[in-house]
Amino acid sequence: MKIHTLVVLVQDHPGVLNRAVSMFRRRGYNIASLVVGHTETPGVSRMTIVVESDNVEQVVKQLYRLVEVLKISDVTEDPVVDREMVLVKLHVTGQHRAEIVALTEVFTAKIVDVATNTMVIEMTGGPAKVDNFIDVIRPFGIKEMMRTGRITMVRGAKGHSGAELIDQAAE
Amino acid sequence: MSEKRTGAQILCEALIQNGVDTMFGIPGGAIMPFYHAMWEYRTDLRHILCRHEQGAGHAAEGYARSTGRIGVCIGTSGPGTTNLVTPIADAWMDSTPMLAICGQVSSAVLGKDAFQETDITGITMPITKHNYLVKNINDIAYVVKEAIHIATTGRRGPVLVDITKDALQATAVPDYSKKIFLPGYRPTVTGSKKQIKAALSLMLKSKKPILMIGNGVMMSEASAEVRVFAERYKIPVITTLHGLGAFPEDHELSLGMPGMHGWVHANRAIQEADFLMNIGGRFDDRVTGKASTFAPNARIVHVDIDPSEIGKNIEVEIPIVGDARIVTLSMLEEEPEEKLVAEFHKNAAEWLTYVRELQTKHQHKQQYLNRPDTSTMLPHDVFAALTKQLNTRGNYRVVTDVGQHQMWAAQLLDWYKPRTHITSGGAGTMGFAVPAAMGVAVAHPEDTVWAIAGDGGFQMTNQEMIVIIQENIKNMKIAIINNGFLGMVRQWQELFEGKRYSGTPLTSPDFQKLAEAYGWTGITVESVDQIDAAIERAYAIDGPVLIDFRVEREVNVFPMVPQNKSIGEMITE
Repeated sequence: MKIHTLVVLVQDHPGVLNRAVSMFRRRGYNIASLVVGHTETPGVSRMTIVVESDNVEQVVKQLYRLVEVLKISDVTEDPVVDREMVLVKLHVTGQHRAEIVALTEVFTAKIVDVATNTMVIEMTGGPAKVDNFIDVIRPFGIKEMMRTGRITMVRGAKGHSGAELIDQAAE
Repeated sequence: MSEKRTGAQILCEALIQNGVDTMFGIPGGAIMPFYHAMWEYRTDLRHILCRHEQGAGHAAEGYARSTGRIGVCIGTSGPGTTNLVTPIADAWMDSTPMLAICGQVSSAVLGKDAFQETDITGITMPITKHNYLVKNINDIAYVVKEAIHIATTGRRGPVLVDITKDALQATAVPDYSKKIFLPGYRPTVTGSKKQIKAALSLMLKSKKPILMIGNGVMMSEASAEVRVFAERYKIPVITTLHGLGAFPEDHELSLGMPGMHGWVHANRAIQEADFLMNIGGRFDDRVTGKASTFAPNARIVHVDIDPSEIGKNIEVEIPIVGDARIVTLSMLEEEPEEKLVAEFHKNAAEWLTYVRELQTKHQHKQQYLNRPDTSTMLPHDVFAALTKQLNTRGNYRVVTDVGQHQMWAAQLLDWYKPRTHITSGGAGTMGFAVPAAMGVAVAHPEDTVWAIAGDGGFQMTNQEMIVIIQENIKNMKIAIINNGFLGMVRQWQELFEGKRYSGTPLTSPDFQKLAEAYGWTGITVESVDQIDAAIERAYAIDGPVLIDFRVEREVNVFPMVPQNKSIGEMITE
């Protein structure tokens, strides 16, 4: 199945996440990642949804049936900036510390916490770079890890702002 | 309007302002403030007390489906609202404009498993067009306005408003003037001119055209326009289950119903057509049979107000998103070259003649009414007699339940007018007929409303019969096609499961006595020669009458397309 990235603008109401996610559940599609956050327009939230699907078009149409969904774009084929962040807690004994510090510099990651036997590293990048970083760091012993999931923005003038849609409706 | 009011009073006023005059419901703890308030507004806002919330929901559906206006049902928190779930799902599947008003526990205890608390907005999320949990009195007036707007525009559907008890009890100065703000809800009603032109030019190139019309034509009141369109181009018209009545069945262009229990000639016509325009139908699997085999030779145009229906079940060549009536009007504005139209007329006439031959060769409706030679009473005898009486007397609406009788009614009664045939199509909800017919009877006191049900479905909601008495409703009759089985399941068991009648034989009470216990007139009919007199007596009595037709037990609905087969492969006997 093909992996699609959808950018979805929604009204910032309670339950809207539940409604949107339910559409994927109903069709039996697995969501690989989903990030929701505020946008430049008050009252509008933005989701980046990464989903495996052979027929994403149908899901998109059904998402549009939701009253609170403003706009959906499949940006899979568009030139985009893709970013996610990961926090990794490593089990680190003294002998490996220097090596890890060097690796974090290569990946422009940040060490945000150091304790006797652990280190927490923050790293941001495209999904491939994050994968790569995790692979490299794994042999040192990952105790905990959390990825944020992907946020995506189309490059150039084309974009996804809810401002116009909100203004039109208010008239 | 500057006086303070309770949330419940505001709810009543908002409903009245948005065109509601009738509601079906049952009170309970959380919704009590609403009932307290509605007493003051009872001259403008009629409340009909039902016996089960499912009955209230179906009654609201009947009201909505027969009028096109919003149907309103009410339940209290917890079981009161979960009992509404079935009619809400039914309204969702059949695009019925419905407003469900639910009481909810006070906001202070929300989410704490309070007495009679159920997360009804969570439960109904996938089966409502939209739903609301209202906790603030200041939201009530606006939410009612928005909810009714959403339910009655675009593709119609159910909307649920769940209001906490404290919001109903609080007081505030109402503001009814807030304008509707729905940036994510702008249904496309006007079809694309370009697509419409393309569709017409595709049609005019065809030699074997079919026009298929469905629920959307009913919902958008497009019958007259569709008729003008069909007559102008002389295209044969097929009406789906929910399209029955949208095009008169005695019209020379009418081919009747397609699908699983549709007519052989209608299905053959679809399979052989080189052009099919579907207005307001959703290519349900009961219409298409195995989807990949549907209309293999046809280039398909699909007119639907809901873009998510287009391409969902059947791939189409030209999609037109829009309201059935507005799109049909736009199609009528087009003036194609007369030469093309003349050529098209010639081909369409030949095609229609061919389809009519198929019709005579196979089971024409009238031939189908010619009963086999047996002394027992067949369901067909009942429907033949009913058809005769309905046609003679006029002013009728028929509400059917789900199962064999539903298909016989669709096949064997004559449908001439929109909103005269009301049934549970998409969801197939047994128990629909009696309460839905009550809703229809309330909305149309000038018509005789027949609920036709099987002995199985009837027993699921027959408690609503007493509401007819309490409300002094005179214009409702019930016909039970009583065969002592859950008949449609039995039919499948006979045809596909070696007659293993597992869980289908059905013992029933004496329906005549049951009717009498409810204050109805009950009639039992056990032989063919009693049918006419019973129906005549039902009409002669100014009040509710139930007729128990004890028909032959093992009769099948034919023609039939076995599940997941092509509609070209019909079993005819």
